[in-house]
Amino acid sequence: MLFAVLSGLVFSILLIPFGRYFRGRLSVLAGLLPIALFVYFLTYIPEISSGQTIRTSAAWVPSLGLNLDFYLDGLALLFAMLITGIGSLVFLYAAPYLKGHPYIDRFFAYLSLFMASMLGLVLADNILLLFVFWELTSISSFFLIGFNNDRADSRKSALVALGVTGGGGFLLMAGLVLMGHLSGTYSIQEMVQSNEFIKNHAMYGLILFLVFAGAMTKSAQFPFHFWLPEAMKAPTPVSAYLHSATMVKAGVFLLARLFPVLGGTDYWSYPLMIIGGITMLYAAFLALFRTDLKSILAYTTISALGVMVFLIGMGTRESLLAATVFILVHALYKATLFLVTGIIDHETGTRDITQLSGLRKVLLPVAVAALLAALSSAGVPLTFGFIGKDLIYEATLHQKELWATVLTGLALLTNVFLLCGGFMAGIRPFMGKLPARYSGLHLPHPLMWTAPLLLAVLGVVFGSFPSLVDGSLLKPAAQAIAAQPINSPLKLWHGFNEVLLLSAITLGAGSVLYFIFKPTEKKQDWILGFQRFSTYRLTSSLNRYFLRLSARFTGFWHNGYLRSYLFRIVAFAGAVVAYKLIKIGLIPLDMARVSPVTIYEIGVSLVMVLGVFLTLTTPSRLTAVVASSVVGYCLCLFFVFYSAPDLALTQFTIDTLTVVLFVLVLFRLPSFLKFANNRVKFRDAILSVGFGLVIAISALHVLNEPVNNEISSFYGDNAYRLAKGKNVVNVILVDFRGFDTMFEIVVLSISAIGVYSLLKLRLKPSDKE
Amino acid sequence: MKSQILQTATKYMLPILLLFSVFVLLRGHYHPGGGFVGGLVASIAFVLHSFSNGTESTLRLLKYHPRVFVPFGLLLAAVSMFAPVFFGLPVMTGLWLDEPIPVIGMIGTALFFDLGVYIVVIGVVLTILFTISQYSD
Repeated sequence: MLFAVLSGLVFSILLIPFGRYFRGRLSVLAGLLPIALFVYFLTYIPEISSGQTIRTSAAWVPSLGLNLDFYLDGLALLFAMLITGIGSLVFLYAAPYLKGHPYIDRFFAYLSLFMASMLGLVLADNILLLFVFWELTSISSFFLIGFNNDRADSRKSALVALGVTGGGGFLLMAGLVLMGHLSGTYSIQEMVQSNEFIKNHAMYGLILFLVFAGAMTKSAQFPFHFWLPEAMKAPTPVSAYLHSATMVKAGVFLLARLFPVLGGTDYWSYPLMIIGGITMLYAAFLALFRTDLKSILAYTTISALGVMVFLIGMGTRESLLAATVFILVHALYKATLFLVTGIIDHETGTRDITQLSGLRKVLLPVAVAALLAALSSAGVPLTFGFIGKDLIYEATLHQKELWATVLTGLALLTNVFLLCGGFMAGIRPFMGKLPARYSGLHLPHPLMWTAPLLLAVLGVVFGSFPSLVDGSLLKPAAQAIAAQPINSPLKLWHGFNEVLLLSAITLGAGSVLYFIFKPTEKKQDWILGFQRFSTYRLTSSLNRYFLRLSARFTGFWHNGYLRSYLFRIVAFAGAVVAYKLIKIGLIPLDMARVSPVTIYEIGVSLVMVLGVFLTLTTPSRLTAVVASSVVGYCLCLFFVFYSAPDLALTQFTIDTLTVVLFVLVLFRLPSFLKFANNRVKFRDAILSVGFGLVIAISALHVLNEPVNNEISSFYGDNAYRLAKGKNVVNVILVDFRGFDTMFEIVVLSISAIGVYSLLKLRLKPSDKE
Repeated sequence: MKSQILQTATKYMLPILLLFSVFVLLRGHYHPGGGFVGGLVASIAFVLHSFSNGTESTLRLLKYHPRVFVPFGLLLAAVSMFAPVFFGLPVMTGLWLDEPIPVIGMIGTALFFDLGVYIVVIGVVLTILFTISQYSD
């Protein structure tokens, strides 16, 4: 299983060096990977459907509790099949869709990276691992949404999506860590054992809040829904894959996965039902006012996600089964509709439903696929959607008296709107008269129209013969969520009861609404007027302020003047050390321990003072440099006095080279030295004198510290014995602490490369073009 | 800075200084000196030459641009660092020949490591200085 997850990652990495071979016709071959994975997961069906689960484990970072634990149960298998199955079709569809695109190899790299992270997410048993893959899906979807990165709006919507999902992921991480901390394990299956403890813990509310925040942002729930319609800037295969079938369902998956650990309480149910309820109704209503096909689909997707969250929040056996079935139902019809939209967009160049009509005459197989998907989304009998909708009504009706009425009404209204939205996207573009400008249209590459057709047909097949997926896929999944057996089999016919009545009302009311309500630009503008108060506006203006603030902050601290950096660094370091020195207090200076001052030392010190004086007063830069180097040379003499010849030697050569460097640079500067006013000079003088004092006092402190001779005597004793050298300093450099030296010369080399490349870049401005 | 005297002097100074730098490098194991200082002395020799004859002529004299020295020295240091691994010893173990060689003295991995440092220092110092001096010309 580890390999199945990693294969996508490996494939995307391999596309970096070998990508150019995939740009042409071979791009179709990229689809082999998801197909192989699909078949691989298909072989697990017998085992899983018989109630078994499979667990594999490999150590990754055991010290952090982060292990590559994968767990395959019904829920994971259902999602894995969706990811690889729809993934296969999307891969095959994208090859002709993006044919000739210069970055098609990159596209497949992102796509397979996404597929791998999604697989990892659904298969992970370790919550930290789950979180790693969770973030990877956000990151890979960032690249996919912003795939047309030459367009500003595309880049922006990618950032919005990343910002929202990343922010939620941040909160989720806190929640997961808290869970792991409380239960003492990071394995979800082991957490299930201690679910009572977590549910009764004082932190339970906080955990729920954090986990919900993660799930709500990822699954585009109100009020974080706005990133999903924005993300429709992505190429349509991406929308079909990420925003219908997989990524947005990650939040739903998380809730389902954690249901046995956290679910089943009022604190779990009410927030989810409220949020899900608002989302499903609000988004379905908004979908009606859209004229862009992908926008309609985006809003109906948000609404469908709301339905799933709503059902999982309800948390009864029926509702969990309904959620499971609806996940599959929705994936099948929504991916179909997205792929159809992609074909329409690809062929006609527009997605505006007020412009499109009569396309069935030229794109017949596409029209059939769209019709079947629309019917499934409407819940017409014999489509899979019918079963899904029945289960939803059954779940709402089984609530307590008043709740049953309210929730059923809510579901009914949502379903009516969803039906209308589905018809608008799946039927309207194909009906009516074909405009003359589209009469020359022809079917796209067969791979493009077979993919949606296959999905749509599957929706009808499953709807007519639900036993095909019932026991093998859906029931194990629902049982995995509920953590208890679920017995009622999926049926086509429940007899004449309330559920059937509700379905009929939905169909009737939805169809009527479809025929009387025509979306127009005007209505869309009217509804857009309300967006002034939306969370999207709020976050984007917050964003703007944040950017402005950080620009100011950066501008203040990074003003590009070396002198101001130097000033701040020295002032800060000096202040910190000075604070510490003041806290320590006075130093007891023991004059007896100070060695007597010799005549050489006095002489050299006088030269040093002279050098400093000259440096400060000379009007010439060159003189200043030379004078300050005299100070350096005098320092070398002190090293010699106190028997540190190695240090003196090095200091001497370094000083020489520094002078040379200075001269090289100063040579080019204007010759006068009067640029600072007295105030600045005074400030700098205070700073330098202060810093010098701080250093001098610290040096005196060092003198006072008890001396630990252990290390130096070790080096002294062992230099010859172990390293065959008599010069201890050098032995330390090349042997005892050779690693340090190695890294130091690496750092030196990097600085040389830095100087070289910076200046060479400046040397030839013409090369920049 | 074209000065006849300096030009003539550096002509003789360059080989002497270079020889001195090698001397500093080799004696480092027993007396003050070593690869770092040796490399600095050698760089100063070349810098002096470039002062009197111009950077271009020093670069011609070197044949290879000093930046080439950097990876070469790093490689030498790294090889001498990892050489003990091939003898089944931990990284950075000092390996030594049993008998000293005349003039040079004891030969061991530490010496080659120091030689690597020496070469890197020459490469780094000359690359930085020559790049800057060419930039300012």
